Amino acid sequence: MGEQKGLTIQGNMATALGAKLSRPDVIPAYPITPSTLFPEKISEYIADGELDASMIRVESEHSAMSACIGASASGARACTASASQGIALMHEMLFIAAGMRLPIVMAVGNRALSAPINIWADHQDSISSRDSGWLQFYAEKNQEGLDLMILAFRIAEDERVLLPAMVGIDGFVLTHTVEGVKAPAQEDVDDFLPPYEPPHGKLDPEEPMTFGSLGTPEYYQELKYDQTQAMENTPEIIDEIFDEFEERFGREYNRITPYKCEDADIILLTMGSMSGTARAAVDEMREEGEKVGLAKLTVFRPFPGDLLKEIAGDADGLAVVDRNISPGFGGAVFAESAGTFINENRSPLMKNFIVGLGGREIFKRNFKEMYEKTKEAVEAGEVKKPVEWINMDEDVMR
Amino acid sequence: MKGETRMYEVRFHGRGGQGAVTAAHTLSDAAFRESKDVQSFPMFGVERRGAPVAAFARIDEKEIDIKTQIYEPDMVIVLDMSLLDVVDVTDGLKEGGKIILNTAKAPSEFDFGDAEVYTVNATKIAVDNGLGTETNPIVNTAILGAYSRVAGNVKLKNIKKAIENNVPVKHDENKKAAEQAYESVVGV
Repeated sequence: MGEQKGLTIQGNMATALGAKLSRPDVIPAYPITPSTLFPEKISEYIADGELDASMIRVESEHSAMSACIGASASGARACTASASQGIALMHEMLFIAAGMRLPIVMAVGNRALSAPINIWADHQDSISSRDSGWLQFYAEKNQEGLDLMILAFRIAEDERVLLPAMVGIDGFVLTHTVEGVKAPAQEDVDDFLPPYEPPHGKLDPEEPMTFGSLGTPEYYQELKYDQTQAMENTPEIIDEIFDEFEERFGREYNRITPYKCEDADIILLTMGSMSGTARAAVDEMREEGEKVGLAKLTVFRPFPGDLLKEIAGDADGLAVVDRNISPGFGGAVFAESAGTFINENRSPLMKNFIVGLGGREIFKRNFKEMYEKTKEAVEAGEVKKPVEWINMDEDVMR
Repeated sequence: MKGETRMYEVRFHGRGGQGAVTAAHTLSDAAFRESKDVQSFPMFGVERRGAPVAAFARIDEKEIDIKTQIYEPDMVIVLDMSLLDVVDVTDGLKEGGKIILNTAKAPSEFDFGDAEVYTVNATKIAVDNGLGTETNPIVNTAILGAYSRVAGNVKLKNIKKAIENNVPVKHDENKKAAEQAYESVVGV
C-alpha cells in the first residue's frame, strides 16, 4: 500500500482527483456553476501530462452526455461533470446511457433548478433524474466525493451491474469549500480499479455492432425488466465493493450509515452535506438526554430500503429530511422511505421536512426543531401534517 | 489560543481580487499541516473585482461536522481599510473576539467595543517585498503572518509552507512578508 497523501482541496478538485485516479479515457464536458472547476482541473491534468485522456469540448450538456455514450460504447472509460440546468438538458441522454448499460460516471455539483435562477445547493437536479436508471451517490464531505468517484467507476463497471452512476457533492457547501482529504496512491487505485473491458462487446469498425436500436413491444418490456433487475441486484455488490474499499483504504462506506441509532426513539434521515450539521445537532441533543439518532443516506439509487428497515424499523419516529421537492406530494427521500415501510407490520411514524432549497442554510437548530416536531407527532400518536417546510423567512412570505 | 481545543472561526474582509479567498485557503492548508481539521470557503455566490468580499476559515482539533457558513467568528481580518465605511466588520464577532486591521495606525486609535484590536501595516510590507503596487497591494500573505502571531493556533513555519503550496508566484517574497508581519503586528 502506498501512502495516502494529505491535501486541502475544494470539493470539485476532490471529485476531479477521484476521476483522475480512476484513469478515464474520455471526458466530454460543458461548464456550469458550481461544477465548472471539475472540467477545468481535468484539462489542467491533461495539459500537465498527469492524465492521458481526451477531453472533448462540446457545445452543450446534451452533447456532453451523447459523447460519453459514444465513448463508453466503444469501450472507453467515460466521465463528465454537470449541475442543475445542465443535467436537465442531458435528461434525454441519461436514460439512453442507462438503457444501453454503459458505466459512465458523472460528478454532480448539486444545485437548484430555475426558475427563479439559483446557483446554490439543492438536490433537485439529480433527484429529478431519479427514474433514468443511474446509480446515485451523495457525499457528506470532500473526502467522500473523492472516494465515491473511484467507487462509482468500480461499481458501475462491475459485470453484474453495468449501469451509469452519478456522485453528488452539494454546490458551494462542498464544491467551493476547501477541506482536508487523503488521496490514495495511484498504484493502489490501479489495483482496486482495473482498466475497463466491456464484457458484452463494443463499437468497433472491425466488428460492427448495433447499440441502442429499436426495441419493439415484443422486446422492450423484457429489456426494461432486465435493466431494473440489474439495479435491484446492486445493493449486495455495492456492499461487497464498499467493504473491499475499506479493507484497502481504511475508510468505511455504507449505503446508509447509522449514528447513535441503536436506542434512538427518533431518527433523522439525511443526505449530502447536511448530514454533518445533523450529526453535530444529534450530539448536542444526546447531551441533553434526548434519544435521537442519525441515518445518513449515501446511496439514493438503488434505495436502501433493506437497511432503512433495519436501522429505523424499531424507532418511534422517522424525520425524513429532503433538499428537494416534488410539488404535489413531498420530498423524494420521504416518498421512498414511506414506500419502504408500506407492508411492514411495524413502522415508525414519519414526518417529512423540506429544507435547504436553493442554498438556504440548514442550522443545527433546524434539526432540533425537526426532532421536536417528530417527537410531538409520536407523543400524539398521529401525524397531522406529514410535510413541513423548515427555516422559512416570514418576511419574504408576506 | 494555545492549548485550546474548541473550534476557531475566522472571517476575512477584502475586495474582489485582493486575495481574501486565497488567504482563507492558505490558512486552512497551514492548519491542516498541524493535523487539525479545517474548512475554508468564499462567500457563496458571485464575486466582482473591487466589490466587498468575505472569505472564511474554520479550524478545530476535532473532526469538523458542521457545514453552515460562519456567522459568529472568533476573529475578523480586514485587508482593506476602506471597507470599514461600507461593511460592519464586527458583525457577529464573538464577545472578546479579535480584529486584525491592515493599517499603519495603532490599535488604540480604533474602538470596536470589547473586541481586541491588532494592527499591521501589511500594505507597506507587501509593497516593500514587491507584492503588488501601492494602489493595488497583495496583502494576503503578510496578513497571515499577523494571524499566526495573534491567534497562536497555527505556526508561522506552516503558514510559510502553505504559502508555497497556494500562492502561484514570488514564494520567497510572500514568505518574507508573512515573517515581517508576524514580527511587526501591534497589540500583542
